[in-house]
Amino acid sequence: MSTSSAALPGTPSGDPTPESAPALELEDLVMHFGPVRAVDGVSLRVERGRVMALVGESGSGKSTVGRCVVRLLEPTSGTVRLAGTDVTALSRRRLRPHRRDVSIVFQDPASSLDPRLTVGDIVGEPLRLLRLGHSRRERANRVAEALENVGLRRQVAERYPHEMSGGQRQRVSIARALVSSPTLLVADEPTSALDVSVQASVLNLLADLQRDMGFACLFITHDLSAVEYLADDVAVMYLGQLVEQGPRERIFGDPKMPYTQALLSAAPLANPREQRARQRVLLRGDIPSPIDPPPGCRFNTRCPVAVERCVTEVPALRLIAGRQVACHLVHDDGTGPDVRLVETSTSSETLPR
Amino acid sequence: MLGSQPQTGGGKNAAAASTGRPVLSVRDLSVTFRTEEGSVSAVDSVSFDVEAGEVLAVVGESGCGKSVTAMSLGGLLPRSATVTGSVLLEGTELVGASDRQLRGIRGDDLAYIFQEPMTSLNPVFTVGRQIVEVLRLHQGVSARAAKSRAVELLTLVGIPSPARRVDEYPHQLSGGMRQRVMIAMALACGPKVLIADEPTTALDVTVQAAILDLLRDLGKRLGTAIVLITHDLGVVADIADRVVVMYAGRIVETAPTQELFDAPQHHYTTGLLGAVPTAGRRASDGRLQEIPGLVPVLTVQPDACTFAERCPAASDRCRTSRPPLAPEENPGRTVHRFACWHPAGSEEDR
Repeated sequence: MSTSSAALPGTPSGDPTPESAPALELEDLVMHFGPVRAVDGVSLRVERGRVMALVGESGSGKSTVGRCVVRLLEPTSGTVRLAGTDVTALSRRRLRPHRRDVSIVFQDPASSLDPRLTVGDIVGEPLRLLRLGHSRRERANRVAEALENVGLRRQVAERYPHEMSGGQRQRVSIARALVSSPTLLVADEPTSALDVSVQASVLNLLADLQRDMGFACLFITHDLSAVEYLADDVAVMYLGQLVEQGPRERIFGDPKMPYTQALLSAAPLANPREQRARQRVLLRGDIPSPIDPPPGCRFNTRCPVAVERCVTEVPALRLIAGRQVACHLVHDDGTGPDVRLVETSTSSETLPR
Repeated sequence: MLGSQPQTGGGKNAAAASTGRPVLSVRDLSVTFRTEEGSVSAVDSVSFDVEAGEVLAVVGESGCGKSVTAMSLGGLLPRSATVTGSVLLEGTELVGASDRQLRGIRGDDLAYIFQEPMTSLNPVFTVGRQIVEVLRLHQGVSARAAKSRAVELLTLVGIPSPARRVDEYPHQLSGGMRQRVMIAMALACGPKVLIADEPTTALDVTVQAAILDLLRDLGKRLGTAIVLITHDLGVVADIADRVVVMYAGRIVETAPTQELFDAPQHHYTTGLLGAVPTAGRRASDGRLQEIPGLVPVLTVQPDACTFAERCPAASDRCRTSRPPLAPEENPGRTVHRFACWHPAGSEEDR
């Protein structure tokens, strides 16, 4: 898919975009909103053609990361590199050629599609703004093709978003995001506002398109079953920081960080026998405020196995057992606590702080 | 999981075990709404029973009528709704009851918790005062007794430092704590039936797990029957004893939870179950099941299966004749019933 970029007009000459550069690299990304430390030093890399799931609970900062990637937010500090180019500080004008490298799909298509535009105008807008396609006719053809790629008839180009169902609207959002053949798709909770059966069709569609078009994807979600279904790699966020990151099978099969273990064990399985036989970790309290995050390991207030060091010393991300993990209690040889086996006192008797 | 075990209001429901006798019995409940475009049938001839200490899940997608069913039980629907049929709460008929009568029952024998606790709590009063109000209104206890009872209730639902939290305002609590406060208020008078409409949908999974544990535990310990409205099959798998699956206003299938997941018969149920990625499943293992088409909006309930247009097994019979929720005997409780002419689990019609 990246072959098209050379042929398209408007690509600045001399742009050092090696084909091998990762689709996305974040280096020590920080995003503070006043006193709210929404994202506090996130580094990650999404290789071309890979799907990375960014998971975490509300307030973990995962959506903020997504918005920084597409430059809807100006990061407080850190670096965002798209296909090898540092776009963190580019002006709007200088950014434009790189806009084609990344697109975003939001959770709620009802509020992310302009109700006054026809579907054709919505899907064609990126082509117009990015000056892709030589003529109106060529753009119309690409719009029709994009609509058909997402399983809609080309005739829906004449219609308005309100005439469509939630699932169809989300298909329109995906068509708009992919019409410019981006290297990276940021999908921010793309199925969370949809009914179960519609979620299935959108997940199927994303899987098909990703396989056929080969874009990389930063898949931001709290739906862990969707992560297992779609993602190659998983990054787990807690209170603005990454706590564990690695290949899906390692994270799901053998999570090391106590928070990851708790998170995976808390998500209910749609299978009564398995679900009721599971060892679950009931965490104490709720996620603390990002205005005043706990010292040391940010998870220490809820961690069933925290020791004194967890309160005093910030754990660094270390490469252990084929993934990166930030936990003092995980040893270099990969052994460490499994909070699913720890007898936790109760879920909520004690106050977090 | 609970630290202490204070008494619930009035000592009702002391027996926690299942009695085999329904506390809530719903028969042929139908709801139609008058709209500018004519009448819309939202719920059609729904019947089910719930026993003490039992968790009955009502599942379905948006527009299936599950929330309207929940609201109609306690007479919470707007005046544009016409409700017919019967809702018996321990022998008391709720359909057609006066507003005054219903106000007495709601919060006392029948309590609700909703998805978003922040919109159900009053932001300008402390949580303690809101619980006290329920107690004084329904049980006529003194202010002092009500306050200490409020602290007991907060303890019951697992709120840390309840004596301090009782004087806090809703905004000072996290989402999970607010939902615990809602549960405490709902349990204040020891209701026989708790209707929980998507109680954990707005919460994070780690918080959801704790709230589900709390609901299950309280239901069993206090003998409260719980009607759990949800779209989340994981939640159903976790805490429901029995399941009612609704589609386009009708019950299409009902069974004990394990039985429903093991041997679903209605093609809508199989579709729903197949749409959720199961643990360990990858996109490369095959596509998730999709249910093509949309839920119909019905002005009249047709003499046909309302799922026929989207069903892979539909025949002419499905389009011309409404399948009964069979078998018909003992309509409240029969173990596994489904409304389908061509059930999924059979080679031929049963």
